[in-house]
Amino acid sequence: MAQAAIELIGINKSFGAVRANRDINLEIVRGTIHGIVGENGAGKSTLMSILYGFYQADSGEIRVGGQPASIKTPNDAIALGIGMVHQHFMLVDNFSVLENVILGAESDALLKKSIAKARSELERLEREYGLEVDPDAIIEELPVGLQQRVEILKALYRGAEILILDEPTGVLTPAEADHLFRILKQLKEQGKTVVLITHKLREIMAITDTVSVMRQGTMVATRETKKTTVEELAELMVGRRVLLRVEKGEAEAGGVKLAVKNLTVKDSRGVTMVDDVSFDLRAGEIVGIAGVAGNGQSELLEAISGIRHAVSGSVMLDGRPIDLTGKADPGELRDRGLAHVPEDRHHVGLVLAFEENENSILGYHDDPRYLKGPLLNIEAIRNDAKDKITKYDIRPADCRLKTANFSGGNQQKIVLAREMEQDPGVLIVGQPTRGVDVGAIEFIHKRLIAMRDQGKAVLVVSVELDEIRSLSDRILVMFAGRIVGERGPEATEGELGLLMAGVEQREAAE
Amino acid sequence: MSTPYAKLPAWADYGLIPVINLFVAFVVAGFVVLLVGENPFRAAVILVEGAFGRGTGIAFTLFYATTFIFSGLSVAVAAHCGLFNIGGEGQGYIAGLGIGVVCLAFDSVLPWWLTFPLAIIASAAMGALWALIPAYLQAKRGSHIVITTIMFNFIAASVMVYALVGFLKPASSMAPQTRTFLDGAQLPKLNWVIELFGAKIRSAPLNISFLLALVMAYLVWLLIWRTRLGYEMRTYGHSSKAARYAGISEIRIVIIAMMISGALAGMMALNPTMGDQHNVALDFVSGAGFVGIAVALMGRLHPVGIVLAAILFGMLYQGGAELAFEMPAISRDMIVIIQGLVILFAGALEHMFRPYIQALFASISPKAVGIEAVKGKGA
Ligand SMILES: Nc1ncnc2c1ncn2[C@@H]1O[C@H](COP(=O)(O)OP(=O)(O)OP(=O)(O)O)[C@@H](O)[C@H]1O
Ligand SMILES: [Mg+2]
Repeated sequence: MAQAAIELIGINKSFGAVRANRDINLEIVRGTIHGIVGENGAGKSTLMSILYGFYQADSGEIRVGGQPASIKTPNDAIALGIGMVHQHFMLVDNFSVLENVILGAESDALLKKSIAKARSELERLEREYGLEVDPDAIIEELPVGLQQRVEILKALYRGAEILILDEPTGVLTPAEADHLFRILKQLKEQGKTVVLITHKLREIMAITDTVSVMRQGTMVATRETKKTTVEELAELMVGRRVLLRVEKGEAEAGGVKLAVKNLTVKDSRGVTMVDDVSFDLRAGEIVGIAGVAGNGQSELLEAISGIRHAVSGSVMLDGRPIDLTGKADPGELRDRGLAHVPEDRHHVGLVLAFEENENSILGYHDDPRYLKGPLLNIEAIRNDAKDKITKYDIRPADCRLKTANFSGGNQQKIVLAREMEQDPGVLIVGQPTRGVDVGAIEFIHKRLIAMRDQGKAVLVVSVELDEIRSLSDRILVMFAGRIVGERGPEATEGELGLLMAGVEQREAAE
Repeated sequence: MSTPYAKLPAWADYGLIPVINLFVAFVVAGFVVLLVGENPFRAAVILVEGAFGRGTGIAFTLFYATTFIFSGLSVAVAAHCGLFNIGGEGQGYIAGLGIGVVCLAFDSVLPWWLTFPLAIIASAAMGALWALIPAYLQAKRGSHIVITTIMFNFIAASVMVYALVGFLKPASSMAPQTRTFLDGAQLPKLNWVIELFGAKIRSAPLNISFLLALVMAYLVWLLIWRTRLGYEMRTYGHSSKAARYAGISEIRIVIIAMMISGALAGMMALNPTMGDQHNVALDFVSGAGFVGIAVALMGRLHPVGIVLAAILFGMLYQGGAELAFEMPAISRDMIVIIQGLVILFAGALEHMFRPYIQALFASISPKAVGIEAVKGKGA
C-alpha cells in the first residue's frame, strides 16, 4: 500500500461569509504527481495556502508523513519538507540566482561561506533534476521560465520533499511548460511528491497520476488520471457539460475598423519589438494573433491601445488616424470606442487595493454616468458593478470586496466585464482566459463571439493556440516582431507551430 | 500581493494597534525619565494634566493640534497619490510671505472676516506654488520629490530671512519680523467654546483656524474618496501603470496632488501668525511641517485619524512644556526625545507589534484572521 505524503482531514476555512474550503479530505500519495483542478474561486489556492502555512484552517487536521502536523507559518511548512512555487515569484530581481536561493537560509554568519556551500549544493541539484540555470545570472535578466526554475531550486535547496505548484504554466511558453514537466517527472522519479494546480486539463492528462476536482469549496472527486477524460473532469468541475470548443457561425466581415500600417515599436531599452507590422481589422470578425510569448505581441497591443508610443507607422480607427508616435492617450481612444483588456491584469488592468466597484470604472471614471458634478456617484457606480457581477457571474458577488481577495479567474472577469459592457466598436484583448477555468473560458469565448456577431471588431492576442484556433476568423502569426503568416481557422496546430517557431522564415531566407 | 500583514478586525487595526504603539512609546519614555532620576508616573500625570487638566491646557493642546492637522493632511494628500511630500515645512514657511503681505496691506482697512479669506487664499497659493516646482521636476524630469522638496525647505528658509530682514520688516525695527498686525488681521479666539463647558482659561491662542482645519479635514476626505480627482490620485498612487492604462495623465495628476498638498501645508501658517503671534516672524513654523509626517502616518492617512493624531501631538507639545516647567531635571530636549519616541513607535515602527497581535487574534478566533495569501495571476 502506497504511503501518504500528506493527508488533509476535514479542513474548513471561511473568509467572512465566503466558505472557501468545506470539509476537505485529501490524500496525496508519496512519489506521485497529484493534480488539483476546479473552477475559479473553488478554493484550490486557499487549500494550498493552508498547507503551506499562509492561512490557518478554521478546523481540520493536517498529517505529513502520517504524523499530525501543526503548520502555522511557511517556516513550519518548510521544516516539514513542504515547498511552494508561487505564481508571482518571490524573488529579489537584482540579486543573482545563487543569492536568491540562499536568501533566508544562509548557513553561516559570513555570506562568503554560505555562498560557497550553496554553490556546490546547487550544482548537485541542477545535475540531479535537470534544472540548469546559471547561478550567477541576475534574476531580472532571466526569462520567466528560468525564474520559475529558480523558485523550484529554492524549495529543493530547503529540503523540500513535497512541492506545490499553483498554476505554474500560466506565464510559460509551450516550450517552457514542456521543460517544466520534464523536471517534474524527474522529481517524481527521485521520489519527491508534486501537487500541481492548473486550469489546463491537457496538462493534467499529460503528467499527473491522480487528479482531484474541487467545486465551490468542496472536494467533489478524486480520479486516477488514466481512468478519466478531459470531458469528465470539465463536467465534474462545473457541474454541467462544458463546450471545450465554442460553436460559431461564419463571420460576416464588414468595413475596416482598425487599419494598422507599417507599425514599428521599440521597448524601453530601444530594442525593436514590433517591426513594420501591417494588418486590417474589420467589423464583425475576430482576428487572432498567435505567437510564442515575447515576440512583440504585448508591445503591439500596448501601442494600439495608446499605452506605449510607437516609433513609426500609422493606425486608423474608423478612418481617422490615431496619433501613435506623439501623445496617444488611452482615455481618448476609449472615448472613440476602442476598449482594451490588458495582458497584465494585476498591474495594468486593475488596482488590486481598490474595492471591486472602484475597479469596475477604471478608465471610464470620467463617464457622466458615474459622476455627480465633481463627485463620484457612488450609488450609480455600485449598482453598475452589481449588474456586471450578476451578468458575468463574478464570485463572490460582493462589489465592496477588495479586488486582491478575488480569485485570479474572477479578477479576469472583472476586467472583461468592464471593457465589454462599454459596448466598444473595437475590442482588443490580451490573453483573454489566462488563469480562467473551463466554464469561464466557455463563457468568455461565447461573449467574444457574440460581440463579433453584433458587428464589433475583435483582436485577440493569446499564447494558447487552442484558444486562437477556436476563436479566430483569421489568424496572424507573429515571430520576432513581424507578422510571418496569415491563416484561416482551419489551419492545423502543426502548421501554426512551425510558423510560430519562425521555421518558414528561415527556410525562405536560405 | 497587497500587504503581508494580517487582516484584523477594523477596531483592532485602527484602535488597538495605535494604542499599543503609544503605550510602548510611553513605557520607553518612562525609562528615559527614570534615567534622569525623576518619577515616570508623576511625569505622566503632569504631562496629561498639563494637556487636558485645565481649560488653558486644553486650549493650548488644540492650538498646537490645529497646525498639525493642516500639515498632516498635506502629507496625506500627497501620499494617496504615491508622493512623499516632506516639503511641508518650507511650503508652510513661504506661505508666511503671502500672509504677511495680505495682512500688512489690509489689516488697517478691512475687518478680520474679510482679511482672513484673503489670507487663506494667499497662504494656500504660496504653498501650492512652492510645491509646484518640485512637482513639475518630478513629473517631467523624474527628479525625486523627496530630494527636491527637502531642498526647497532650505530655499524657503533663505527667502524668508531675506524678506523678514528686508521689505517685510518695519524700517525702524531691529527684529526680523513684521510689525504687529492690527485688529483687522487678528483671528478671533475660540476659548469661549471651552469656557462654555465650565473650564477657565487665562489666555490661550486657540482661534478659529482650528475650525478651518476641521473643515479642511472633511474636504480632504471628500476629495480622496468621493471625487473623480481623488479617484485618479489613488489610482496613480497604487499603480502608475494602471493610471496610464486608465488615461490618467501622470504629469497632470502629480502636479495637482502636490499643489493641493502644498496649499494645505501653506494654510498651516495661518494659525501661528494671524491666530497667535499677530506677526510673521523668523522660524514661526518651527518643525510643524515635519510633525505632519508622523501625524499622517499615525492617522493612517485618513482625515479622522489625522485629527486624532494631531491632538495627540498637540498634547505632547503642551503637556511637554508643562513637564519641562514642573520637573527641572527634564529639559526641553527631553521632551523632544519623548516626542521622538512616539514618532518612532507610532509612525516608523507602526507594524512592529502587528504580527504578535495577529497571532493572538488567531489563537482566540482563527476565523477572524488570515495572512493574505500570495495572489498570483490566477492563484
Ligand atoms: N484573503 C481573502 N479574503 C476574502 N476572501 C478570500 C480571500 N482569499 C480567497 N478568498 C475567497 O475564497 C474563495 C476561494 O479562493 P481561491 O483563491 O482559493 O480560489 P482558486 O480555486 O484558487 O481560484 P482560481 O482558479 O481563480 O485561482 C474565493 O471566493 C475568494 O474570493
Ligand atoms: Mg488560485
